[in-house]
Amino acid sequence: MKKLGIQHRVVIGIAALLFLFTFKFPFWVIYLTAPQYPEGLSLYIYLHKISGDIEIINGLNHYIGMAIIDQNDFKEFVFLPYIIAFITASGILTAIIGSRKLLFGWTAFLLIFSILAIYDFWHWEYTYGHNLDPDAAIQVPGMSYQPPLIGYKQLLNFGAYSYPHGGGWFYIGGVAVACLVSILAWRKSRKIS
Amino acid sequence: MKNLSLVLLVATIAIIGCKPKSGVSVATGDAATKVYVAPGTYDEFYNVVSGGFSGQMAIYGIPSGRLFREIPVFSADPETGWGYTEETKGMLMTSHGFVPWDDLHHPALSTTNGVHDGRWAFGNANNTPRIARIDMKTFKTAEIIELPNSSGNHSSPFITENTEYTVAGTRFSSPPDYQGSNPDVSINSYKENFKGYISFVSVEKESGMMDVAFQLQIPPLNTDLARAGKGPSHDWFFFSCYNSEQAFTLLEVNASQKDKDFILAVNWKKAEEYAKAGKGSKKNVKYAHNYYDESKHTTISEIKNEVLVLDPKELKDVLYLIPCPKSPHGCDVDPTGQYIVGSGKLAALIPVFSFDKIQKAIDAKDFEAEYDGIPVLKYESVLHGEVQKPGLGPLHTEFDDKGNAYTSFFVSSEIVKWNVQSLQVLDRVPTYYSIGHLCVPGGPTAKPWGKYVIAYNKITKDRYLPTGPELTQSAQLYSIDGDKMELLLDFPTTGEPHYAEAIPAELVKGNSVKIFKIEENNHPYAAKGEKEAKVIREGNKVHVVMSSIRSHFVPDNIEGVKIGDEVYFHVTNLEQDWDVPHGFAVKGADNAEMLIMPGETATIKWVPNRVGVFPFYCTDFCSALHQEMQGYIRVSPAGSSVPLTYSTGKVTKEAAK
Repeated sequence: MKKLGIQHRVVIGIAALLFLFTFKFPFWVIYLTAPQYPEGLSLYIYLHKISGDIEIINGLNHYIGMAIIDQNDFKEFVFLPYIIAFITASGILTAIIGSRKLLFGWTAFLLIFSILAIYDFWHWEYTYGHNLDPDAAIQVPGMSYQPPLIGYKQLLNFGAYSYPHGGGWFYIGGVAVACLVSILAWRKSRKIS
Repeated sequence: MKNLSLVLLVATIAIIGCKPKSGVSVATGDAATKVYVAPGTYDEFYNVVSGGFSGQMAIYGIPSGRLFREIPVFSADPETGWGYTEETKGMLMTSHGFVPWDDLHHPALSTTNGVHDGRWAFGNANNTPRIARIDMKTFKTAEIIELPNSSGNHSSPFITENTEYTVAGTRFSSPPDYQGSNPDVSINSYKENFKGYISFVSVEKESGMMDVAFQLQIPPLNTDLARAGKGPSHDWFFFSCYNSEQAFTLLEVNASQKDKDFILAVNWKKAEEYAKAGKGSKKNVKYAHNYYDESKHTTISEIKNEVLVLDPKELKDVLYLIPCPKSPHGCDVDPTGQYIVGSGKLAALIPVFSFDKIQKAIDAKDFEAEYDGIPVLKYESVLHGEVQKPGLGPLHTEFDDKGNAYTSFFVSSEIVKWNVQSLQVLDRVPTYYSIGHLCVPGGPTAKPWGKYVIAYNKITKDRYLPTGPELTQSAQLYSIDGDKMELLLDFPTTGEPHYAEAIPAELVKGNSVKIFKIEENNHPYAAKGEKEAKVIREGNKVHVVMSSIRSHFVPDNIEGVKIGDEVYFHVTNLEQDWDVPHGFAVKGADNAEMLIMPGETATIKWVPNRVGVFPFYCTDFCSALHQEMQGYIRVSPAGSSVPLTYSTGKVTKEAAK
């Protein structure tokens, strides 16, 4: 079994801990502005809940017939904390054992999970943006209200911004470090062999 | 001959041309940039301005002079429902019954250690004596207390340094109200049967709740204006008065006879001690105390029956009189609390009294006479000095942060700046026209904010586009940053502005309430969600427990109401979003519409007097589908068998065909 250098192990251990911040800080934020809302409306997405101006956003969404956003509808909030806990635990284990294979496995898991998570987020946005009540008061032919996955999009009178928030940046940082260390370890192994 | 004609013609033109031009003057230089508050930016000060005969208070921005809001205080306001809704009717209850109007002359902003604290604004009702407290978090009238034994509540609601008390004096002395006194007396018996009263209304430190703590019974003088002492004079209150002649008819002449009237110096701290020691007599009176319970969104209105009256004649060291020339009006205390400025309306000078000298004269019993059993101090002994030839008709004085005073002159229509120490006149500017009160931000406090002086004028004549016989009232803004006062702006005002105060926006704006939390709404008829909406019949009373949210009412179809029913629309605004009030109006309502703030419940009573289907709708443009925010209530003949039903969004098969 090929061992990782001590520096790499320490860095992996720290990276594993970074994921814990997602328990405290929102993962993602959707921020809306409109002429009627110069102060803006925010929807914060955490590991286990959503918060922010949900009532107001739901109230406004009823005009276009969007379904009510209710955190109980998201099964993800039940199991996401366990996944993050698993990521941190397995990351620390990787650091302690120091196995290169284990690191590659951990990184691969992170990447696959991230892609799945992004797809899941996009899918929810698509669902809310397209499944509109046919009796809605405001119906604009051809218009859907899917917020951007990341970045900015104009939806009628609202400008919608979608970005990682505090917890999300720690997550991205953790994944980036995992990838970086994996690449370094892989290169090193190539040189040695 | 021809030449002579020409000369005459030229001379005539010259003479006609000599007619002086009226005061089209005169903002100069960069005045516009000094009052320009760019779109989307904020003013530096809130200006809290009395509405006079409108009975309300208005909020302007300074330096722009823009009007933000008119706060309903003593006058019913069908626009908001103030005084018409079941919840607010009680605020205007008095011992005389429901009094839905008054004449509000003076705001007083609460202070801590003599400095504005931005918590409350008090206002006086001149006609049916009352004091109102406005909460500066909601800009709503939170409390109104009536004053017994009082008429013409003009020298009010001035406050002590820590807002311990707000005061009320009687401009019209009258026979007292209390049980056992005979109010049915000849007007000719004025000297014998009429009394003046000065009320000290305590203000509870945290809640602001008011209570008539005690009253001083004084000779039948007309107490006019007042100011509390501060710093060294903290324990004292000063009231101006006219009519030491004790006239009761043609006061214009008969109350202007004496060379001097008085400033009353009241040691309120001593009076408070006497009151606590039970040195007064409890009188049986009747007065209303009304306050708004913010959680129930409802007025609690009660009648109180007791007041403690102290007699300064017996207590000796509570009240002293200071002679002051010619019917003094304004009575103002400088920021140090050392100097008291009396403004005799008909005097050709302004006397300034020294607090130290007043204390020395009292200690030395340096009295020149007694007036109705009250000691009169010697004018010369208590005088700091006189401002000579300041102008005609001095009324009020405010102070800046540099030791200067600004006095308004009604007759000569000007503001005169003078130095409190040296008593030298430093500058004068005309006002357009006939200024009454004036306001320097923080001017009556221990810490004037300075920068501007604002004139509140009685006459506008040619200053604005004419609007028939009734013209706008107005204010004028002057910069006082430099040595010379500089006219910056004219702006029209609502009602008739009397006194006003200005406070830095920073002390107020952060506290502004945006919504009322729906979960904290304890109104007995609140619909805290659409599921709680319902219609209940109790005999001939029909309670419609209704919710409103963009853009519908629940319920919006109501049937089963009959002639003879009284319908109460209890409307809860379910919004929890800033600046989304909903309105409510129903056809034929003989009282008012109402505006309901987010999270609030308000009730309007509607007694239908004819059979039919009546629409109701939202009166406050709330959303893109505001026009659709409407509903119907069906009224059937008395004895009809139409069942009581209500719904929203339900369409029967029959109707769908």
